[in-house]
Amino acid sequence: MVQTLDVTPDIAKAQNPEAGASKFCPGCGHGMILKTLAHTIDDLNLQEKAVFGCDIGCSLLSWNYMNVDTVQTHHGRTTPVIYGVTRANPGTIGIAYMGDGGGLAIGSQHLVNAAVRGENMLIVLANNTNYGMTGGQMAPTTMPGQKTETTPYGRDCEVTGKPAKGAEMVASIVDSNKAYVARATVSNLRKLRQTFTKALKNVEKGGFSFVEVLSICPLNWRTNNEGTWDRLKTMEEFFEVKEFVQREGLE
Amino acid sequence: MARTRIVLAGEGGQGVQSIAKILVEAGYEAGKEILYIPNFGVEQRGGVSIAFCQVADEKIGEPRFSKGDIVIMLSDRAIDRCSAYVNENSTVIYDSSVCSTKPTCKAKEIIAVEANKIANEQLSARVFNIIVLGVLLSATNVLKLDDIKNAMEMALGKKFDAKPELRELNYKALEMGMNMIQKAGV
Amino acid sequence: MVKKLITEDTRMFLTGNETIAYAANAAEAEFMYGYPITPQNEIMHTWCKLLPKTEAGFLQTEDEISAGFSTIGGILAGKRAFTATAGPGNVIMQDAQSMAEMMRIPFVCAVMQRGGPSTATVIYAQQETRLTCFGGNGEGFRIVYSTAGHQDLYDYMIKSFNTAWKYRFPTFMLADGYQGKMREPVTLYDPASRGIKMEPTPAVLRAPGKIDVDRKANHIRNTFNLEEELMEVLDSYQAEFDRIAPEIEEYLEYKAEDAEILIIAHGIVARSAMTAVDELRAKGIKAGLFRPITLRPLAVKPLRNAVSRAKQVLFTESANGQLAQMILEKIYGLTTPYSTLFKMGVGVTGDDIVQKVESMVKTPATV
Repeated sequence: MVQTLDVTPDIAKAQNPEAGASKFCPGCGHGMILKTLAHTIDDLNLQEKAVFGCDIGCSLLSWNYMNVDTVQTHHGRTTPVIYGVTRANPGTIGIAYMGDGGGLAIGSQHLVNAAVRGENMLIVLANNTNYGMTGGQMAPTTMPGQKTETTPYGRDCEVTGKPAKGAEMVASIVDSNKAYVARATVSNLRKLRQTFTKALKNVEKGGFSFVEVLSICPLNWRTNNEGTWDRLKTMEEFFEVKEFVQREGLE
Repeated sequence: MARTRIVLAGEGGQGVQSIAKILVEAGYEAGKEILYIPNFGVEQRGGVSIAFCQVADEKIGEPRFSKGDIVIMLSDRAIDRCSAYVNENSTVIYDSSVCSTKPTCKAKEIIAVEANKIANEQLSARVFNIIVLGVLLSATNVLKLDDIKNAMEMALGKKFDAKPELRELNYKALEMGMNMIQKAGV
Repeated sequence: MVKKLITEDTRMFLTGNETIAYAANAAEAEFMYGYPITPQNEIMHTWCKLLPKTEAGFLQTEDEISAGFSTIGGILAGKRAFTATAGPGNVIMQDAQSMAEMMRIPFVCAVMQRGGPSTATVIYAQQETRLTCFGGNGEGFRIVYSTAGHQDLYDYMIKSFNTAWKYRFPTFMLADGYQGKMREPVTLYDPASRGIKMEPTPAVLRAPGKIDVDRKANHIRNTFNLEEELMEVLDSYQAEFDRIAPEIEEYLEYKAEDAEILIIAHGIVARSAMTAVDELRAKGIKAGLFRPITLRPLAVKPLRNAVSRAKQVLFTESANGQLAQMILEKIYGLTTPYSTLFKMGVGVTGDDIVQKVESMVKTPATV
């Protein structure tokens, strides 16, 4: 006899119940980030005001994850689409969701300029140190020595430079009176929820928020659970997990 | 159909586009059909500056024309650039106190004026282009002096009000320019 | 709600770029996103100068990629938003334009062509004809109006907004640096005085109604899992494009009825062709003009009729036959011989055309 667990899944109101089974690979970090974000949207009662945009790359698969109005854009172009929305319709809580490639490579000019202009939006950048959807190539954030499809012998920083530190870069160019910049990790989802709360509150106040979330990619990393966790811990040593910029009055 | 095609060319900074604007504004206010293309390149300053202006009684078709009825050349480089817009029906006017050589193109008439010299010696270097505007006004003979004065007022009125003597200086320049050549009646 | 500046017919002496900004305001455009590139800058300059009076919005973005995508954002937010570009800017804006094509976003863009390829000249060309009609990695589900002077710029800029929102295909007003920079008289008017009612611009993101109560959340995308899924969508777009084409197609014939030599030209070159037709007729040569106003979709039937009636055809463009290629495909099977006068990135004058047609009278085309 088959027994089923009689537990209702923990689905946030801002999470689309009709999206069906997760489209992400088993063990992927995206689901954890998105679910936490959806709960935070619920916490702050922002579902009606929120507009969610997702990039190409694995983040694309979130196109129907949220139960808020959503637009899927092009490679690296979620930031301009979302600030296009919030400029045209102030009061919108614009959220641009992207990976490390979308934020720090193909769409980096948008990240830099949105931060400098203080666009009223939240940018969530999932950093899993590789390009997942296209098959695991080197990303700007790929760790020194990390093997990817385009660094099959490990990333040589002499040749390709050192890993990009998105949060530090953004922190150095924002107006600290109107910004919130933090790096969080999927190893601590409670902390991530607090981070998203502050980030969204700052957007409600008209500011620019940037949250880089250290995430995992067991499939392309070719790691088991233990290896994945170890890798994430290594990342947390390299990419400092903390709040870099926090305007006054955010809780 | 009465249509006058004007090519006005000089060095960037000589005020070519400024007087072209006054000319076409005057024409527009006088009820003429006007088409004006400022030739613009990548440089903000320097280089040869050319204004293509057309003043007509009926609606103008082509925006760019092959040959001008009046071609004004205010520098050696302008002569080089704009000889292509001259044919046997064109009247060429050049400033012999700026250009080192006379244009060699085949034209109906080639007239030398000394606007630069007269501006420097008798008026002020600043009104060089207004003298040229006077020359142009006489040469084209399609617009009235009052039309030009009104357009100058629109363009420079604020400066004139601040310094009334500037108005007199500019009118003087315009008049001297007009007298430099007999009405060509093109 | 923006404030309209033109409430009654007003004759003005403007540059084309200024005219476009006034037209966008007359069309009740609410937001412009843009990035500087010559020769279209004065559209932005004028738009910005008028902002205190119009109460519209403007954002100068970091490049044309973002100008295109943020325009899409503004449109999805329910605003009548638009952008303008030229040359290399038009090239990199194709990314956003193809998204608009795929998602049936009523994207409006004024293209002020400059010389190409590459940065070439900042002045003038008709070399973005193919790019504007068929750019991006798509099938050309776009509507393109080619203008020939300031009254056109005013009329078709207003029309572009309504065409885009009515049919939901990206709509382009294709002009050029001469039209942008030159000054000529133009009559500005309130579209309402011409019986033009602006189409509504409903929001897709933050649409009206409460999620889960009045409606479901909107999820819009442009990525499909299967080839067949994509084809089904594109087939429906093609069918829709073909269905609406007769409502959109526009062309102008000038003395083409009895023309023995038919000149085919678009945009500002068509104006030179009109000057040439008059001169040629005065010399006893029966010349006429066919000017397609919509380049996408092309008015194929009238075009084929005009070509069939003529003894010879002359294609002339400030490009190396970009329009001619599009037209030759549509007049397949007709045997009227043709000749060409192509000046890449250079204006075509009336004299140029007169000389060419005279040579065609002496030595008829054989192709």
